[in-house]
Amino acid sequence: MIAAIVRNGFRALRRDRGALILCFVLPVAFFSIFALVFGPMSGNSTPRVNVLVVDEDRSAASERLVGGLHRERALATDTRPETKAGEPAPPEYTAATAEAAVKRGTAPVALIIPAGFGANPISFAPAAGRKPIRILHDSSNPVAAQMVAGLLQKVAMTSLSGSMADLGMRYFALASGGLTPQQRQNLESSLVRMRDQAAQRDLNGDAPASANGDNVGGLVSVEMRDIVGENKKSPMIAFYAAGIGVMFLLFTASASGGSLLDEAESGALDRILSARVSMTTLLAGKLTYSMLLACCQLTLMFLWGAAVFHLDLFTHLPGFFVMTVATSFAVASFGMLLASFSHTRAQQAAIGTLLILTMSAIGGSMFPRFLMPETMKKVGLLTFNAWAIDGYTKVFWRDEPVSHLLPQVAVLIGFGVLLFLIARRFARRWESV
Amino acid sequence: MATSAPASITIPLQIDSVVKRFGEVIAVDGISLEVHERACLGLLGPNGAGKSTLIRSIVGRVRPDSGSVRVFGHPASSPAARQELGWVPQELALYPLLTGRENLDAFGRYQGLRGKALREAIQWCLEWASLSDRADSVVKTLSGGMRRRLNMAAGMIHRPRLVLLDEPTVGVDPQSRNRIFEMVEALRAEGTTVIYTTHYMEEAERLCDSIAIVDHGRIIAQGTKDELVAQSFGSRSDVLMRLDAAAPNAAAWTASRGGTLQDGVAHFPVDRPSDIASLLDAAARDGLNVIDLVLRRPNLESVFLQLTGRDLRQ
Repeated sequence: MIAAIVRNGFRALRRDRGALILCFVLPVAFFSIFALVFGPMSGNSTPRVNVLVVDEDRSAASERLVGGLHRERALATDTRPETKAGEPAPPEYTAATAEAAVKRGTAPVALIIPAGFGANPISFAPAAGRKPIRILHDSSNPVAAQMVAGLLQKVAMTSLSGSMADLGMRYFALASGGLTPQQRQNLESSLVRMRDQAAQRDLNGDAPASANGDNVGGLVSVEMRDIVGENKKSPMIAFYAAGIGVMFLLFTASASGGSLLDEAESGALDRILSARVSMTTLLAGKLTYSMLLACCQLTLMFLWGAAVFHLDLFTHLPGFFVMTVATSFAVASFGMLLASFSHTRAQQAAIGTLLILTMSAIGGSMFPRFLMPETMKKVGLLTFNAWAIDGYTKVFWRDEPVSHLLPQVAVLIGFGVLLFLIARRFARRWESV
Repeated sequence: MATSAPASITIPLQIDSVVKRFGEVIAVDGISLEVHERACLGLLGPNGAGKSTLIRSIVGRVRPDSGSVRVFGHPASSPAARQELGWVPQELALYPLLTGRENLDAFGRYQGLRGKALREAIQWCLEWASLSDRADSVVKTLSGGMRRRLNMAAGMIHRPRLVLLDEPTVGVDPQSRNRIFEMVEALRAEGTTVIYTTHYMEEAERLCDSIAIVDHGRIIAQGTKDELVAQSFGSRSDVLMRLDAAAPNAAAWTASRGGTLQDGVAHFPVDRPSDIASLLDAAARDGLNVIDLVLRRPNLESVFLQLTGRDLRQ
């Protein structure tokens, strides 16, 4: 008897493609996506943190430090903006341009080595007159700033070994009441040898192995400043509101678009199309409904964020409006395409779940894209989620004007128009045959 | 001098040599049909006969490969034809989460009605369907019969002059069925032309003044009930002979005597009542056990069986 029940279960499952996809394709697909997103983050292929480096000091010590940072495998350092093909190399970053670049989101961290740093680069204890290295960061990526701060101390130890020994000798001289001329000569020749060896390592490119996060603090004086979210009460709320909001918008658009399939099944679609309603009008009506519903959802989400999590919604209303309309249009078109492509509700649910979870995973709704490997960041740009989150981040995080939303809005509207046209093409099967 | 309208404009439905193929299958094979004003045509046919394709051609949901369908002179699926034609599909083509009034409002708007005209149309539909007291109930809370009536009302919201009712009594209890008959009769009394498809002969006999029988994509007989009976049986009567189900050769025996066997009942057309005796003698001689026997004047069911060899509900 039990065997018969089991057999019936498997027979039914074999004929239910939607259930089969949910059972077997979805888990494997998700395993693969998350392996691609998170897999490279372990071992030797840790994603590198992009740091803009400004050397205002131009001393031997600062140059050695910059060289050390450059050789650090966990960091991708830039001292000037990327050179465009056929154009001369742009000037190196200054403190001001690097700060502007971090605010634009070009890199999460800028490191400014101030003039005078080389005179007294390190100290074993707080010392007056030291010029601190400034780390300007965007706290939407909190990991990057901490990582750079830690690695800076490590690089200082390895690349400024001469300065450390020099400082140690001075401490020893002070503590021991002075060195004999012979002792001083021996120590200085050791220091010269040490510097030569370090220089030789630099020439050979033998950078010390990258540590995995254990940092020794305090050798180099550091001043950290959040230059993007310093005045924000709840800096990450906009990110989460957009990320989670878009994912659920996609689910809602999928469900509301599915009403087409319900109407086709019940015969209501035939009745509607035999009245004075054309297929294009019907799809446009459904699209408008889905879009308005999505706008309401996003508005509720951000209002809740404002009321409970102090999201600064009311000073960003124009940008919020533009991004909400563009995002809602894109997801509504996605819902239309999904419904017109699918033949049954079960098929629509299976394909929709697979696509939405995939887009949300690689598009940054579940895990911030800035923590993903470069390849995955680029793949993420194929999703609505990435463009919508980027747009909302520009509005709420970087306080950028509405005109700066053009790329995001253009892509979302473009996606929306394209998907709607494809949906219209698929919907021909419901017209007269 | 006033000019009279062309004849085609006054004819509710003209179907001329319509052919529709789906791949290798010919669903409609050259059907021609004309339905006159105020008439009620019963469209009968077994499943797969091509009836649904013909209906969908009339409402403009199927494009014929050849031939034409005109509604009051307008090509099917043209806006003018849609305005004149009301379609009540066999399925409950309603929004289950809306109320009856909201459904009528939606379908009225899809037909281009607005404002006072729409409000009046909704009121008329609710009264016609006897649903005024349940107008604000959500559809899924209505009984099967009420949903059927609302389904009909949604097809009548724009007050068409030609209405196509596709099996409107499927799955309803006898009381609701009678209510639906009354609704159809009320439409006819107002002068609406009706095309009525059904699997129930008694409905066709009660409501329709002419009947077309469709099989294998063609109209195989058309006329009033009496004309169809006369065409198929002449002055003959119908003998229904119930045979012992265990008889292995009953079908062959019935066929050899010019009859058809349906569900253990052999149907024989006979010219005189005295022919019954010879049938009973033959059955006894051939070892068939006759359980009971009825002599009756042929009806539509007899005609249908005679013409198609199948029961209407097959």
